[in-house]
Amino acid sequence: MQWAEAGYPIYLLGRDTDELQRISTDLELRCGVKVWHKQFDSNEHTGHAALVREIADQAGAIEGFLIALGYMGDQSTSETDVAECEKVLGTNFVDVAVLCHACASHLESLETGWIAVLSSVAGDRGRMSNYVYGSAKGGLSVFLQGLRSRLQKSGVHVLTVKPGPVDTSMTFGMSKLPLLCPPEKVASDIVRAVAKRKDVLYTPGPWRLIMFILRSVPERLFKKTSL
Amino acid sequence: MEQLAGWGNFPVTEANLVRPERLRDLVPVGDSVIARGLGRSYGDAALNSSGTTVLTTKLDRFVEFDATTGLVRAEAGLSLGALLKAMVPRGWFVPVTPGTQNCTLGGCLAADVHGKNHHRDGTFSRHVTKATLVLASGETRVLNQSDPLFWATAGGMGLTGIIREVELQLIPVETAYMQVKHVKSPDLDTTIELLTDPAHDAQYTVAWIDCLASGASLGRGVFMAGDHAPKSAVPLNREDPLRLKMKNTKPFPIDLPGFALNPFTIKLFNAAYNSFQGRRGEFLSPYPSFFYPLDGIDQWNRMYGKRGFVQYQFVLPAATAQIAMREVLRRFSEARRASFLAVLKRFGAQGPGLLSFPTEGLTLSLDIPMSSGILEFLDGMDAFVRNHGGRIYLAKDSRMGPEMLRAGYPRLDEFCEVRRLVDPAGRFSSDLSRRLKLCP
Ligand SMILES: Cc1cc2nc3c(=O)[nH]c(=O)nc-3n(C[C@H](O)[C@H](O)[C@H](O)COP(=O)(O)OP(=O)(O)OC[C@H]3O[C@@H](n4cnc5c(N)ncnc54)[C@H](O)[C@@H]3O)c2cc1C
Ligand SMILES: NC(=O)c1ccc[n+]([C@@H]2O[C@H](COP(=O)([O-])OP(=O)(O)OC[C@H]3O[C@@H](n4cnc5c(N)ncnc54)[C@H](OP(=O)(O)O)[C@@H]3O)[C@@H](O)[C@H]2O)c1
Repeated sequence: MQWAEAGYPIYLLGRDTDELQRISTDLELRCGVKVWHKQFDSNEHTGHAALVREIADQAGAIEGFLIALGYMGDQSTSETDVAECEKVLGTNFVDVAVLCHACASHLESLETGWIAVLSSVAGDRGRMSNYVYGSAKGGLSVFLQGLRSRLQKSGVHVLTVKPGPVDTSMTFGMSKLPLLCPPEKVASDIVRAVAKRKDVLYTPGPWRLIMFILRSVPERLFKKTSL
Repeated sequence: MEQLAGWGNFPVTEANLVRPERLRDLVPVGDSVIARGLGRSYGDAALNSSGTTVLTTKLDRFVEFDATTGLVRAEAGLSLGALLKAMVPRGWFVPVTPGTQNCTLGGCLAADVHGKNHHRDGTFSRHVTKATLVLASGETRVLNQSDPLFWATAGGMGLTGIIREVELQLIPVETAYMQVKHVKSPDLDTTIELLTDPAHDAQYTVAWIDCLASGASLGRGVFMAGDHAPKSAVPLNREDPLRLKMKNTKPFPIDLPGFALNPFTIKLFNAAYNSFQGRRGEFLSPYPSFFYPLDGIDQWNRMYGKRGFVQYQFVLPAATAQIAMREVLRRFSEARRASFLAVLKRFGAQGPGLLSFPTEGLTLSLDIPMSSGILEFLDGMDAFVRNHGGRIYLAKDSRMGPEMLRAGYPRLDEFCEVRRLVDPAGRFSSDLSRRLKLCP
């Protein structure tokens, strides 16, 4: 929305076309920009390259991609239910990685642009309460490090976004999350980080320090915590 | 389960909250359910300790806008602030606004809110051309003003269903500024005269009252009148007269301890407010400072501390208003119960909303910090208001009894009849509806 407010046209992808339609209309009326949308399921791994081409044909040169999909699932279910475990790992890691590659090749040939991807602070350290989701995000963060390095020759910028808990449907109803942050704050931080070509964004800022400390705790002690 | 309260932080209850993100999920759940917007009603209207509270705030999208007529349709969770932010630069303004822009379209229709222009333009519902309502059965109905259910929903405090979309007729404006006039008034008679004298009239009028003043200066205050400024009134050096530079709000830091609110500090605050707002003569003001002076301080309600406060708002019919208002002010002034804000406003003719608050006359609202004995004091005040033909505003109320409601709202039975047709089991219910035994 903040990009739309700044006058950029937007192309939305998601599974729920009714909602995509409503969001598109809203952005157009509020911000006076053109908004397209198309149904998209990240579990479907073929056809990404064609989709990116289709977007570019319809909307013109693509400046950047924001990939904000994820599935938290339920940790204890994932521990016993193979399908759930695969879904969490697959959606957050495999789906996003494959999609990033399609975006990357497109921008690489243009030698410009950016890819901003939602990872999570949960990927910075494995914790007993959330390690399935966390490991997928951790894998994703490592994937993005490599991709960043690969693309920097061609002038394409990769941003890894690591939010703390954000007040969205993913977390709604969970009791007492520390430092729950409004999504608008995460959004404006992302917009700024893209403009400044930052590599890794912790949002809100204090999470950089918190995760630094958490990463520094020796495993021998950390494994005994119930975090 | 979470702790939840209205804007007055009294009462506080346990709440089972849901917050749908997709329009099709905005439906009633469970046996007892109530919608909640931005929670700017002061009492227990948007609380439901025996069931589910459905937050509408994620359903806040524009659906349709006609730039030639100013007719806008949006989801009920859209705030007036967001609506104004998008529409003022295009030359449109909301037809009626309460004293905060942090409230939703659904909340404005459900409380049938009034603004400083009630004497001219009526309540919010008058300007609503259509509303989509989700009924207890889950069925969706599009209502217009010829439908009795529309007039039960306007002012119906969420008890007829969940409002999903609202279509509203905006009014054209040439600038984002107001032409404002402040007049100091030494006493109540002058204040009331300023509010009623056609020579002082404007589209928006209101008076702020120093409710601690007593004796000859009882009812003294500042009369404020405003009109949307035409282009010609705005200096040419302002680039685009429809655009303002948005200021950020400052959050109110912490709940102040109760002792910070003795009559002395209140007096200081009143004096400060007086000199700040009491600028003389006419001046140009950006619309947010004119309509929403308190929104500049986020969560100002926390200055009343953990115990919270009651906002007492009633209206008295024109015939008895002048004399009775004096007595009410005298009692508040004597008891040193009221605080910062006492706002006096003249209402025009009553609208068709079955439970809409405004009736022709004068309305006064005061913030009253919770303290021991306060509920009894207000019960006494209720009796006085009732005896003088007045009523209390449901969106502000947290404490009156069922008899007071019945006496003040003679169209209550009609409301209950309409409601029975669409919600016979009373699925839509709130702490307010149970406290007031609304439709037994
Ligand atoms: C600083 C301040 C100034 C104010 N000034 C005024 C004023 O000048 N004039 C005035 O009239 N009021 C005024 N109010 C009161 C306020 O405008 C109303 O309480 C309004 O209803 C708040 O909207 P909300 O979205 O916060 O609703 P909430 O407080 O969340 O809910 C209010 C009522 O509306 C119902 N409701 C909310 N959304 C829906 C929906 N989608 N469908 C069905 N029912 C729904 C709720 O069930 C509840 O009964 C003021 C409040 C504040 C805090
Ligand atoms: N909320 C937090 O506390 C938090 C913290 C750190 C990181 N994050 C990350 O931030 C991102 C956004 O999450 P959120 O908080 O907004 O959560 P959310 O409300 O659950 O949103 C998840 C989004 O992912 C999309 N999605 C899921 N599976 C998909 C699939 N198979 N194909 C296409 N789209 C799919 C959903 O789209 P549909 O409309 O199609 O369902 C939805 O828009 C995620 O990557 C999340 O992991 C969130």
